[in-house]
Amino acid sequence: MNVVSTKTIEKVEEQFEAFQILDEQGNIINEAAMPDLSDEQLQELMKRMVYTRIWDQRAISLNRQGRLGFYAPVAGQEASMLGSQFALDKEDWILPGYRDVPQIVWHGLPLYQAFLWSRGHFQGGQIPDGLNIVVPQIIIGAQIIQTAGVALGLKRRGKENIAITYTGDGGASQGDFYEGMNYAGAYNAPAVFIVQNNRFAISVPVEKQSAAKTIAQKAVAAGIEGIQVDGMDVLAVYTATKQARDRALSGEGPTLIETLCYRYGPHTMAGDDPTRYRTSELDDEWAKKDPLVRFRKFLEGKNLWNEEKENEVVEKAKEDIKEAIKKADAAPKQKVTDLISIMFEELPNNLREQMEEYTAKESK
Amino acid sequence: MAQMTMIQAITDAMRNELKNNEDVLVFGEDVGQNGGVFRATEGLQKEFGEERVFDTPLAESGIGGLAIGLALTDFRPVMEIQFFGFLFEVMDSVAGQMNRWRYRSGGKQTMPITIRSPFGGGVKTPEMHADSLEGLVAQTPGIKVVIPSTPYDAKGLLISAIRDNDPVVFLEHMKLYRSFRAEVPEEGYTIPLGKADVKREGKDITIVTYGAMVHSSLKAAEELEKEGIDAEVIDLRTISPLDLDTILASVEKTNRAIVVQEAQKQAGIGANVVAEITERAILQLEAPVLRVAAPDTVYPFAAAEDAWLPDYADIVETAKKVVNF
Repeated sequence: MNVVSTKTIEKVEEQFEAFQILDEQGNIINEAAMPDLSDEQLQELMKRMVYTRIWDQRAISLNRQGRLGFYAPVAGQEASMLGSQFALDKEDWILPGYRDVPQIVWHGLPLYQAFLWSRGHFQGGQIPDGLNIVVPQIIIGAQIIQTAGVALGLKRRGKENIAITYTGDGGASQGDFYEGMNYAGAYNAPAVFIVQNNRFAISVPVEKQSAAKTIAQKAVAAGIEGIQVDGMDVLAVYTATKQARDRALSGEGPTLIETLCYRYGPHTMAGDDPTRYRTSELDDEWAKKDPLVRFRKFLEGKNLWNEEKENEVVEKAKEDIKEAIKKADAAPKQKVTDLISIMFEELPNNLREQMEEYTAKESK
Repeated sequence: MAQMTMIQAITDAMRNELKNNEDVLVFGEDVGQNGGVFRATEGLQKEFGEERVFDTPLAESGIGGLAIGLALTDFRPVMEIQFFGFLFEVMDSVAGQMNRWRYRSGGKQTMPITIRSPFGGGVKTPEMHADSLEGLVAQTPGIKVVIPSTPYDAKGLLISAIRDNDPVVFLEHMKLYRSFRAEVPEEGYTIPLGKADVKREGKDITIVTYGAMVHSSLKAAEELEKEGIDAEVIDLRTISPLDLDTILASVEKTNRAIVVQEAQKQAGIGANVVAEITERAILQLEAPVLRVAAPDTVYPFAAAEDAWLPDYADIVETAKKVVNF
C-alpha cells in the first residue's frame, strides 16, 4: 500500500465544486438554493451592479484625466463584491483590500471619500462614526489576520455581527492569509473570508500561485468550511455569504469563500497592460460570463428590469459621481500640520517641535 | 510598598490594569494557563478568566492582527511577543499597520495597543532571543518605545503604556527580570512616557543610557568616582520619543557626554542621541559625544556573550576618553 497517494488530493478537490444558481443565460439551474429575496431586493442588487459598472468606467476615465489617483478596476467583479456585501447586516465589519472600494461604499462610505482616498487625502479615510469599515488595505494579507481579531472582538462583545474580508487569488499565498483563517478557526470567531479569484495577480496566473486546484480547499488547513462559488453569479455569491454569515453567528465557525471571477480591466491604472499576459480568447470567454448580462436576462424574464430602469441607474450614477468629484475637489489642501495632528492623541516632543516649525512655515 | 523583582512589578501592572479596565485583554503564546515563559502573566488567567487572559496559536503575525482587530472593537490589547527577536514575523502589524492606523483614518480609529516583549543579553539564550531591535521600532513613526530598568519604573511605565491610546512597544530586559528587588508601591501609579530619569547626579560627564546598560553605567560611575570623575547617569526609560530636555539640561551642566547601549553600534538609538546633542548643544561641548555599543556583528553565540556585550569597563574607558579629550 502506498502511504502517500494522489487519490487523497483528488478526494479533497471533489469537495470543492463551484456552487452556481444562475447560468450564463440567466436561467435558474439550482432552484433549491434560490435565496429568499424580494423583487425589490433583486432589483436593488441589479441597480448596484449597474451603478458600480458605470462608476468603474468613470473612475478609469477620471484617472486618465488625472482627476483620480490610485485606482484598481472592478468591472467583472460586481457579483462577487456586491452580492457578498448585500448579505451583510449594516453593523457587520468589512475589512477590504485595495480593490474592494465598492463594498465599503455600499456599506456606507460616501463616494467623495472614496475618491479622496484614491487621490491620497486623509479625509478619505475619516470613516463616518458608526460605520464599521476600515480603509482599504494595501498590504496583501494584513486584512485577513485583522479580520480574525475583529471577529473575536465581536464575539467577546456578544454582538450578532460578523467580520468579512476580501483578498485576491495571489493573496491566498501569503502567510497572513493562512494565519488569519487559522486564528479565526481556533477561536471559532464569526469571520467570513472571501477570496476573489480573478485568475491573475497582476501578471501571474493562479496556476503559478499554488498546486492546489481550488483556493477554497485551503480552508481545510485551518479546519474551517470552504466553498467555491461562481463569482459571476450574484445569487450564488449572495447565498454563500448569507449562509456563511448564519453559520458564523450560530457558532459554527468561519468560512472561506472562493469566488471565481474576472477583472475586465487592468490590475490597476498605474501602467499595467493586461495584453502582455492575457489572451483575447480568455477575455472573450469571460465576457460571456458577465454578471450584469446574466442577471439582467434573469430579471427581464421576471419583468423586473428594462432599458428604462437601467438608464435611470446609469444617469443617477453619472450624476452622483459628478457631485462626488466636485465635493472631493472642495476638500482643503492637506498641510503638514494636519498630518502631524493625526499621528497621536497627544503629540510627543519631536512632533510638538515640528508642529511649531510647520505652523510658522504655513503661516508665511 | 513591597519588595518586587521587575517581573513581579510587570505582573502587578497588568493585574492592576485588568482590574481597572475591563477592555484590557492580555494574550500571546503561553501567557494563559502557563503564566508566561517568564511567569510575567502568572495567575492572571486564574484571576480574570480565559476571556481576558488567553493563549494564541503560535504565529506572531496573527497575534499582531488579533490585537489590531480587537482594538477596532474597542478593546485595549496587551499582546506579548515571546522574544523580541521574533519581531520580524510581526513587523508589518507593528510598523506597517497599528503605528499608522490613527493617521490613515484621519484620527477616526485608534490603536491603544501595548506590545510586551523580552529581549537582552547576558543570560545565554539561544539564537534570536536576546537581540536588541529597539532601533527598528524607534524609527517607526506612530509608535512609542519604552524600556524600563527597575521594578519601580517597569510598573509605572507599563500602566502608562496600557492607558496610552496609541501603540506602545514595551521591552523587558531578560537579565533584569529577577536580578534584584526594589520597593514598589502596591497601588497603581503612572510614570509619564517620554520622560527620562536621572539615576545618579554628577557634574563631570553625562552618561545617557537605557535597559541593562543603566546598571552597568551606575557601576561605571562608581569606578569613575574613585578616579575623581563625577558622572551623571540618565536612564532614558522611553527611547522614542527622547526626553531631550533632561538630556540637554545635563549636558549643559557637564559639558561632556557619552551614550551607552547594548545594541550594535549601527543599531539601537545611540546615534540619534548624539545627533540631537550635537544639533542643540554643540557650543556647550568640551569633547565629542562618544558611544559605547556592541560590535557590528550578528548577536553573539551564547558562549561569546561576555566578550561581546558592552560592560562597565567599556563605559569607564569611553568616559575617560571624553574627560581627557
